[in-house]
Amino acid sequence: MAGEFGNPEVIEEEVDILLIGGGMACCGAGYEIMRWIEAAKKEGHDLTVKLVDKAAMDRSGAVAQGLSAINTYIGPEQDPADYARMVSNDLMGITRDDLTYDLGRVVDESVHLFEEWGLPIWKTDENGERFDGSKGLPPLAEGGKPVRSGKWQIMINGESYKWIVAEAAKKALGTENIDERIFIVKLVNDKNDSNRVAGAVGFSTRENKVIVYKFKACLLAAGGCVNLFRPRSVGEGQGRAWYPVWNAGSTYAMAAEAGAELTLMENRFVPARFKDGYGPVGAWFLLFKAKAINAFGEVYMDRNKEMLDDYPPYGQAAVPASCLRNHLMLHEMKEGRGPIYMDTVTALANLRETLSPREVKHLEAEAWEDFLDMCVGQCGVWVGENIEPEKKNSELMPTEPYLLGSHSGCCGIWVSGPTDVGAPTDEAEPGVPDHLPKGWNWGYRSMTTVKGLFTAGDGVGASGHKFSSGSHAEGRMAAKSMVKFCIDNKDWTPELDTSVEDLVAEIYQPVKTYLEYKDYTTAIDVNPNYITPRMLQFRLQKIMDEYVAGVATYYTTNATMLEVAEEKLAMLKEDALKMRAKDLHELLRAWENYHRILTAEAHMKHIQFREESRYPGFYYRADKNFIDEDNWKCFVNSIYDKKTHTWTVFKRAHKDLVDKSKLFK
Amino acid sequence: MPTYVRTEKCDGCKGQDKTACMYICPHDLMKLDKDGTDTGHAMKAYNQEPEQCWECYSCVKICPQQAIEARHYADIVPLGGSVQPLRGTDSIMWTIKFRNGTMKRFKFPIRTTPEGSIDPYAGKPEADLSKIDEPGFFVSCNGYRAGDPSELICK
Repeated sequence: MAGEFGNPEVIEEEVDILLIGGGMACCGAGYEIMRWIEAAKKEGHDLTVKLVDKAAMDRSGAVAQGLSAINTYIGPEQDPADYARMVSNDLMGITRDDLTYDLGRVVDESVHLFEEWGLPIWKTDENGERFDGSKGLPPLAEGGKPVRSGKWQIMINGESYKWIVAEAAKKALGTENIDERIFIVKLVNDKNDSNRVAGAVGFSTRENKVIVYKFKACLLAAGGCVNLFRPRSVGEGQGRAWYPVWNAGSTYAMAAEAGAELTLMENRFVPARFKDGYGPVGAWFLLFKAKAINAFGEVYMDRNKEMLDDYPPYGQAAVPASCLRNHLMLHEMKEGRGPIYMDTVTALANLRETLSPREVKHLEAEAWEDFLDMCVGQCGVWVGENIEPEKKNSELMPTEPYLLGSHSGCCGIWVSGPTDVGAPTDEAEPGVPDHLPKGWNWGYRSMTTVKGLFTAGDGVGASGHKFSSGSHAEGRMAAKSMVKFCIDNKDWTPELDTSVEDLVAEIYQPVKTYLEYKDYTTAIDVNPNYITPRMLQFRLQKIMDEYVAGVATYYTTNATMLEVAEEKLAMLKEDALKMRAKDLHELLRAWENYHRILTAEAHMKHIQFREESRYPGFYYRADKNFIDEDNWKCFVNSIYDKKTHTWTVFKRAHKDLVDKSKLFK
Repeated sequence: MPTYVRTEKCDGCKGQDKTACMYICPHDLMKLDKDGTDTGHAMKAYNQEPEQCWECYSCVKICPQQAIEARHYADIVPLGGSVQPLRGTDSIMWTIKFRNGTMKRFKFPIRTTPEGSIDPYAGKPEADLSKIDEPGFFVSCNGYRAGDPSELICK
């Protein structure tokens, strides 16, 4: 029976493994998992899998628009330990070397598959001249030389990157095992073990339908969090977020409510990008060798370079940490020497002197392709403002803060790592709740502290700089582990701790609220009985911007401001229960914004707990405006209690598994 | 720029239940106005929440009628420019028009294999269940970087 808006059809499904999300991580998982499922079947284990995506896999996730580079490619000449060192320094010394090292070992395997599937990867020929990926030069797997735009980055013709990766995943999984336009709203714990996940519930954004899944294991990989802070553009331009606007913190919020331990939720990423369009700067800095300058043409990274010495050793590596580069830029802006520009004019003029005539001709196309492949909106700014990069410099600006674990940020979920790299097996810091694991591995790679709940990509905390390729590889690692987990738990049957009836009522509450009260007022958007998801989002953004170190305060907060935020967020969380949904589209927005609130609350609680300013340039605690290596070179982790709606925040000890001093030699 | 749909060009994907742009939009923005109550234009699609548009161009690229274009964010960008793609099976062509009338055209490759041709496991080995606990994947494509064991200082 087809459902109605006020009375949705309820569908119950049981699978062994559910993949939540359709981005790079779940595409990687989908590809890897079917082979292991086939192998398990031969041993008598018949496992079923389903992937659910709130959008369409061809264009979902952070790579939907395409990319102009793959930012993590190790190559045969570098060691996974080099990669682990780089990630650690960029994130101010506190990352999980076990996770980054493990990823560094395998990430190139995914890149080689992408090329085999049809992704064009730029190459240099034997004369060092560069060509786009359609030229037919040898593939990377056979020794082809990529065009390095940085130590770890390689250039691609990536407009169809996601389309290609999704095609492989869809073919591997089979369309019958994929449900698109289903938005998963919450995980459900097991009836007999509150530290175990047994199901998930979501709804169709196309039909009046609620789906309740039961499973043994799930991969929660639904991206990072965007638009939890007030963006710099608040009209139409608020959609032009740097990271995809549809990343709503669902990964962090659903994991937290299921009881999973989060890590480094105080970390954020504030990218310095081309102003307003948020176009990528990597190729401009690294490939075109452009410099960022202040209003007077001075290179502020040179002018202010002593400021890097304030934060040893992180400012003293060959490439200083991303946040410290922002720190120097913000200094210029605060001192009144803005605007900041990318000096594209000088960079292109210099390149014309050294390149072959054919390369000069390609240079202009390369500069435009860099945007067109991944950020068309920046081209929109350039054409509207008559900016041709060889004739006119473009402004740079640090954006509003973003929360993510796969790019140059490392917030996320605490996961079990590899067992063969020397990771700690005990916990040196007191105060970790008893039910949580002590060491850095507890049986299944990529499993969170909640049994059966796995994550990848933006979900995995304390290991940034995975980017697209690393997220795919991480999904593949999780896939293997989940198959193992299901084999080991073959006789276990999931039982939900909440009745299906209660779950459906909770999910459709915003619809019920709307239908019940909509005629109380003549204009449906102003009504004392409910709040629109749009206004709730504005309220969240205002709180975060003004009290939790958004752009309004130049990323500055203090203990008192955080206390105010805490009170306001608590009331916002209460009011979230009064959100209305006038249609399925608004029901989607309602639950996305609920996820944003929980993510924002975690961010605020972690900044409050960490009594230092670990990431200068990303945020400052004015009352603790220093880095305290003695007391705070540690992870800050937390768990959420969904019954009391409260957080428990605690330290975990950090340990280097590779020698970081090599960075400074 | 949020995307917009040209009234004359959109055919509502010929009366199918869901249009190509609705299928593809990652943020659930495109909507088919079946009876014209939302826009006054029955059986045509529109962007129902332009301030949430990422300008990812997924709808622009997929529209079979080339009915979708973008007018860049009105709160940021001066009027008059346009950036319009034509996406083929192996390449994409961009026509770029500046506010001052300057035009540029670019063509870039998008894939080196025919669309739909990926055979994910062709020529690949089966998974070896006895190796499920070891690092690496069911198949190695010459990309495994074993690393120098002496780098692991706690092992």
